Amino acid sequence: MNAAAIGEAVATLVEKICATARRERVAIVGIRSRGDEVAERVCAALSKEGIEHDYGMIDISLYRDDLSHLAENPKLQSSEITFQMDGAHIILIDDVLFTGRTIRAALDALTDYGRPARIQLAILIDRGHREIPIQPDYVGATLETARMDHVLVRLKNTDGEDAVELVTNS
Amino acid sequence: MARKDFLDIASLTREEVDHLLDQATPFKELFTRSVKKVPALKGKSVLTLFYEPSTRTHSSFEVAAKRLSADVIDLDVPHSSAVKGETVKDTVDTLQAMRADYIVVRHKMSGLPQAIARQTKASVINAGDGAHAHPTQALLDAFTLKEVFPSPAGKKVLIVGDILHSRVARSTSNLFLKLGVEVGFLGPGSLVPKLGPAGITRFTDFEEALKWGPDVVYLLRVQMERQDVPSFPGLQEYHRVYGVTQERFKQIQGEGTYIMHPGPVNRGVELCHEVMDYEHSLINQQVENGIAARMAVLYWLKPGTSEGEPQHETD
Repeated sequence: MNAAAIGEAVATLVEKICATARRERVAIVGIRSRGDEVAERVCAALSKEGIEHDYGMIDISLYRDDLSHLAENPKLQSSEITFQMDGAHIILIDDVLFTGRTIRAALDALTDYGRPARIQLAILIDRGHREIPIQPDYVGATLETARMDHVLVRLKNTDGEDAVELVTNS
Repeated sequence: MARKDFLDIASLTREEVDHLLDQATPFKELFTRSVKKVPALKGKSVLTLFYEPSTRTHSSFEVAAKRLSADVIDLDVPHSSAVKGETVKDTVDTLQAMRADYIVVRHKMSGLPQAIARQTKASVINAGDGAHAHPTQALLDAFTLKEVFPSPAGKKVLIVGDILHSRVARSTSNLFLKLGVEVGFLGPGSLVPKLGPAGITRFTDFEEALKWGPDVVYLLRVQMERQDVPSFPGLQEYHRVYGVTQERFKQIQGEGTYIMHPGPVNRGVELCHEVMDYEHSLINQQVENGIAARMAVLYWLKPGTSEGEPQHETD
């Protein structure tokens, strides 16, 4: 996927989220890293439409289920949740949805801030191969992949350009 | 980049120091959440082994480990086999059999944590060994310093007290020097080491030291248990010569100089009680930062590995 295709995927995501955000106040929460950048773009689009919303980002490193298997623990980044979590309608955003384990970790992290009224999931690219029962509510694009493939997402602020590369391992 | 043990400041690279200081911030942020605990060390066990009395460091490690969801087992040394004559090695073999993942140790003998670290697969954290090192104290001090001075290079820190017998002075000054901080030592001539790292300015007179223009005055705790040390002045005498008296406090307050102290404070000895309510006293902040810094250390270490080698699946 090139920059234009990513732009389209973001636009698709924005359109679907706008429909919800017009009905009720939502809090957009991006998962670091790259989920936060997708979330920023969604927020910019919501603001442009004049839709008020809250924004936050979380780092889920401390909630991963594979820490004991790693030679080195991932570098922890700051989380920023400044709105009231209790009773909030959260739309959780990540760049890629694969096994679902990151989302599982993010749900645990979010609920440690309080008890949201509802959490929905928005994903820029769904590449399939879930290992736990987690499904997105909003999807920008879907990508056919094999289990062992790598999907490399690069986003402008994080990586200098917008691109998605599929590296096949066959 | 992960290590098995955390034993002293001297062996840490600048990169490792920066990494740990950087990581303490997101841990501190957790303390404002409704749930302060995270599951990162769930199922891991942390053993605390304190052969010397400590309330602050001991409970700080315990809170840090619990906030990471580790199980904390305190080996109550004064009441345990230590008094029955069991050697430290035997104790460590026992702990190894209990499959501890982390051992936090304090002992009056310098170098003991290193010796334990060589004997066990567990990660060993030095919580103070003799007059040698107290690396987590240094880390929390540097983290606290960076909160008030994000770029601490070139800032001046005056460390006051019995420098010679203080592992806090040793580790903290070592770490501050690594960060480019200018360090001054003030204390009785016989208790300020003549030798030591370059870049340290030595003082014997408090007024003269204040003229040096320190940004932070770091007061060491007077160790009451070391009162038998010859050449150590009496407590009232200490306060008059090396303490922050009301008079010196006025000057410090006027300059806006920060005050640090590793705790617990002996009021009327290292400082007069007015200092405790001083807006530039960082003493309570140091306590809170101690938990965050120790969480960062626990999260950074990787038990069951040899230094520098990639981790193997152990069980």
